[in-house]
Amino acid sequence: MRRRRRWRPGGRHVLLVLLAVFLALPLYLALVVATHSAASVLRGVPVVPGNQLGANLATIFGPGIPGTPSITTMLANSAVMALSVAVLKVVLSVPAAYAVTFFHFPGRRLAFALIFVTLMLPIEVRFFPTYAVTAHLSLLDTRTGLILPLIASATAVFLLRQSFRAFPLELADAARLDGIGPLRFLTSVVLPLTRPILAAIFVLEFIYGWNQYLWPLLVSSSASQATIVMGVKEIISASQSFAVPQWNLVMAITLVALVPPVIMVVLMQRWFVRGLMSGIN
Amino acid sequence: MAFSHRVLPILLLLPELAVVGIFFLWPSVQAIGEAFQETNAFGLRSHFAGLANFQAALQGGYGQAIEVTVAFTVLTAVASMAFGLFLAVQVEQTGRWRTLYRTVFIWTYAVPGAVAAALWLFLFEPQIGPGARLLGALGVHWNFALSGPQAFGLIVALTVWQQTAYDFVFFSAGLQGIRTDVLEAASLDGAGPITRFWRVVMPLLGPTVVFVAVMDVLAALFGSFAVIDVITQGGPAGATTTLVYMLYRDGFQNGDVGLAGAETILLFVLAGILLAVQVRVLNRRAHYR
Repeated sequence: MRRRRRWRPGGRHVLLVLLAVFLALPLYLALVVATHSAASVLRGVPVVPGNQLGANLATIFGPGIPGTPSITTMLANSAVMALSVAVLKVVLSVPAAYAVTFFHFPGRRLAFALIFVTLMLPIEVRFFPTYAVTAHLSLLDTRTGLILPLIASATAVFLLRQSFRAFPLELADAARLDGIGPLRFLTSVVLPLTRPILAAIFVLEFIYGWNQYLWPLLVSSSASQATIVMGVKEIISASQSFAVPQWNLVMAITLVALVPPVIMVVLMQRWFVRGLMSGIN
Repeated sequence: MAFSHRVLPILLLLPELAVVGIFFLWPSVQAIGEAFQETNAFGLRSHFAGLANFQAALQGGYGQAIEVTVAFTVLTAVASMAFGLFLAVQVEQTGRWRTLYRTVFIWTYAVPGAVAAALWLFLFEPQIGPGARLLGALGVHWNFALSGPQAFGLIVALTVWQQTAYDFVFFSAGLQGIRTDVLEAASLDGAGPITRFWRVVMPLLGPTVVFVAVMDVLAALFGSFAVIDVITQGGPAGATTTLVYMLYRDGFQNGDVGLAGAETILLFVLAGILLAVQVRVLNRRAHYR
């Protein structure tokens, strides 16, 4: 057989590690800055961690940066929002995807088309009229108004439909012959077998919910409704109004704000990739 | 297709369709109405304005906003897909290290856009940012608050930093779905690594590539708001004002309802064109599966 030149595995590892380090630089820097005092950051950005992390965390969770909402409130609001969006998306998408995959009924194509259209209408496209509708329903500055407009999800319905379609039809036929109704078939056969994709959707949508910026910025006008992500810009400008810019506090807050979604994707990684596989292949 | 009920599937669809109706269709109809009306300064009376709002929308920075949006979308989508696919292919071949590598390349996707913007804003802050100092040492006169191309480049680089991770995840999932016996068969037939990649892996990856391309275009067109709002607020001189950012400014900062309605309709048209393209491409690609 002809011998071929191959990538030496060593070379690949060197390249991948370098890339990983490069991608992580902004995060490392934030971590370092969050462990120093504001004055030492101003003197020259440090490259090794200092010992002020505790003090900085105590400041952001205690008095906070003047003129910004309390961090604990913002974190709680973000958590409620992300969990509600993730749970409600799954709760809405599962029956919808089940209906358009496993049933023959008049209007099936129309229903599917309606859901398909939402893929092209993310909140950034429809925020202006949606704001008017939300105001009309007296839902401005409420949790309901924050969450409901975000929970119809074409992506989730598609990923579920793809995974339902790969389902052995014999199972469904057998179930029908055994007199098992469609709802019991869904809960006792389909859902247990599609757990990875459900987990993947939950992760995707949790991150989607946590990371929302524009919609909360428009809807949640009072400090008690603010989320941590929408607060970032305000926090940065408040930190610049000091004689010494408080970048150390800003970085500490950004770290706190990125931990939940990052932990979520890292911990659920195995399920996440496996679930997506069943959804897109 | 196992069950043929008439009422049950409608009931199953009802919650999803209710949300679609209230928060997608109703606003869309509303936007069409607003786009053709002119409201006086006190918001008390409005009258039919014909195409006046559209004319107003298409004047003033619209041309520039379209250029910025298209350039931004093409650059970020192409770069993220190329990097994402490259990483996925490399990581898939690392055997037992795969899970570890996946973790170190996946996390940037989960970072909220506004938070990523804060990290990068500090990194490239013209006076004390380490990235800015590095560029200064290399002879670049760095100040993204004054230079349009620098501001645009910063936003593009940051978006690629995040979007590459997203593409990497989906490409990894897609690559894992390719059966190894297909690759072994190609290998036995004498296909080298490069031939195997372009002739076997890429066609089988087709649907994933299309899905990722669509998601990247959507993310670039509509998802970049947080990053722009935190770092540049559309400036300098409109260099980072995308269509969505312009709509936000006209609608919420300038409070021009008719103009914002017209701009919303133009975004809908853009989304509709994308939808049509997507349906065509998906149909053409379907035979691979």
